[in-house]
Amino acid sequence: MRLEVQELTIEFGGDRVVDGVSFEVPDGGTVGLIGESGSGKSLTALAIMGLLPEGAQASGSILWHGREILGLHERALAALRGDEIGIVFQDPRTALNPIRTVGRQIGESVQIHERLRGRELRARVVAEAARVALPDPEGIVRRYPHQLSGGQRQRVAIAMALACRPRLLIADEPTTALDATVQAGILDLLRGLTADEDMSLLFITHDLAVLAQVATHAVVLERGRVVEAGQVPRLLSEPRAAVTQGLLRDATATLWRGQTPSEDA
Amino acid sequence: MTLPPRGARGRRPARTRARWLRRVWAVPTGRFGICVVAAIILIAVIARIWTPFDPQQVNVQDRWLPPSWPHLLGTDGAGRDILSLVMAGAGTTLWVAVGSAAIATVLGVALASLGALTTRWVRESVAVLIDILVAFPVLLVAMMISAVWGGSLWVVIWSVGIGFGVNIARVTRPELRRVLHSDFVLAGTAAGLTPTQNLWRHLLPNVAPVFIVQLSWAMAVAVLAEAGLSYLGFGAPVTEPSWGVLLQDLQQYLTVYPLAVLWPGLAITVTVLGLNLLGDGIREASDPTLASATGAARTSRTHVPEVVS
Repeated sequence: MRLEVQELTIEFGGDRVVDGVSFEVPDGGTVGLIGESGSGKSLTALAIMGLLPEGAQASGSILWHGREILGLHERALAALRGDEIGIVFQDPRTALNPIRTVGRQIGESVQIHERLRGRELRARVVAEAARVALPDPEGIVRRYPHQLSGGQRQRVAIAMALACRPRLLIADEPTTALDATVQAGILDLLRGLTADEDMSLLFITHDLAVLAQVATHAVVLERGRVVEAGQVPRLLSEPRAAVTQGLLRDATATLWRGQTPSEDA
Repeated sequence: MTLPPRGARGRRPARTRARWLRRVWAVPTGRFGICVVAAIILIAVIARIWTPFDPQQVNVQDRWLPPSWPHLLGTDGAGRDILSLVMAGAGTTLWVAVGSAAIATVLGVALASLGALTTRWVRESVAVLIDILVAFPVLLVAMMISAVWGGSLWVVIWSVGIGFGVNIARVTRPELRRVLHSDFVLAGTAAGLTPTQNLWRHLLPNVAPVFIVQLSWAMAVAVLAEAGLSYLGFGAPVTEPSWGVLLQDLQQYLTVYPLAVLWPGLAITVTVLGLNLLGDGIREASDPTLASATGAARTSRTHVPEVVS
């Protein structure tokens, strides 16, 4: 299953926030969408899920496995979301419902798309929690989000997105709100999952150092436009656009940990 | 004695409900509320089968008896047994409280959802409508309804239900708007929930605390309103046993027989207090961030050092 975004344009009351963005995520590919804040990368992700906020006008084309999903009916989108495309949001503190147990939230999409109930559902939820390497999956599914650490919550959010084995995972800055060691763990997890499950990954970030660890290709956005695209090692060694050069300069600040980008890329 | 992290296999409603009830019980206010409400239900049920005397039996020789045997709470000006009257009135009170709460819930949730989740022009108009309706006092609604259909308990139930339904909608609507913009609602949609499923699973449970407090307050006010409206003649007819009617009868002799007025007044007060505290307890129990606090943790949090106080 491949995702092709062609000439995607998003307008907010006449303001073009995303302007003719085109890229594609091949089957099993890992593509990064990188840019400074306000460059329209999150909106692009939301547009793919059909989750644009009220008042946003999207035009262009988003093809999922050859099928146009931009402007698809809400019900058809609901069938697609969670089942074929999953998304992980930036802040794990707000992405989980505070008054429902973690297990119920992980099981939500399974319950809807695969209609599992009772014992089966519970077993599945525990298995999903184990898959994202949550400690003590049996016990943790009965806990509430506030009883978990930030990294654990982000793992829960990833488990939620992956519960139905989607073919594409969109990760919208999944590590930005986490500290460095936890961040490394989450990146490891994502890298492992994409390698094992033959799942595509669209990774959104503003940090080139993070991107280098998970993605092979990258698309650089600036003010809603694509300014550069290509293989990640190439972007790191000879960045052409000024933005990419700037991002690379910022990224070196996080690279002092001793990892050279080419090792992972 | 909060729930130990065991059991809860699958999603069995009965077990979930028992756990939840246990959580309400763990909160002192909730415990008091449960006791009061259970006592009233019990009394109302007993009164249907048995009361010490026939509540409507007039016995002129026994007028204005002080509390004594066999009339434990004394008798009124017609020689009716006050205990029997209060017991018989409990059913009416319960009926009014539950009925108006049901109407307020349905109306409040419907209006709030319409006012928060629909397209812009619909929700803005609903918001204005709610604001207009809030301006109508319950008494006015009761007068309008009773002018058309005559005074009965239904007038009380509907007027309090409508009045508080609108109030609940007024408070719940902005809460819904706030929760609607949380990431977890977006995440729910991203997991494939339809808007209705999202409303039931994520939105309503998260506005429930606000809602429950309003609702328990509505039930308490319904008890008072029943007394007040019956007192004014819009509510229960004189033949129907009701605390309001009873209070109205007895208060005319307040200066002569003050003890007689005490009983229906006390019953109303305790019921209102019980419902309010039950609401508090439920609100606290439905918040899992508070539920983890066991007895000791709760005490330590609410404990005020003696030196300070």
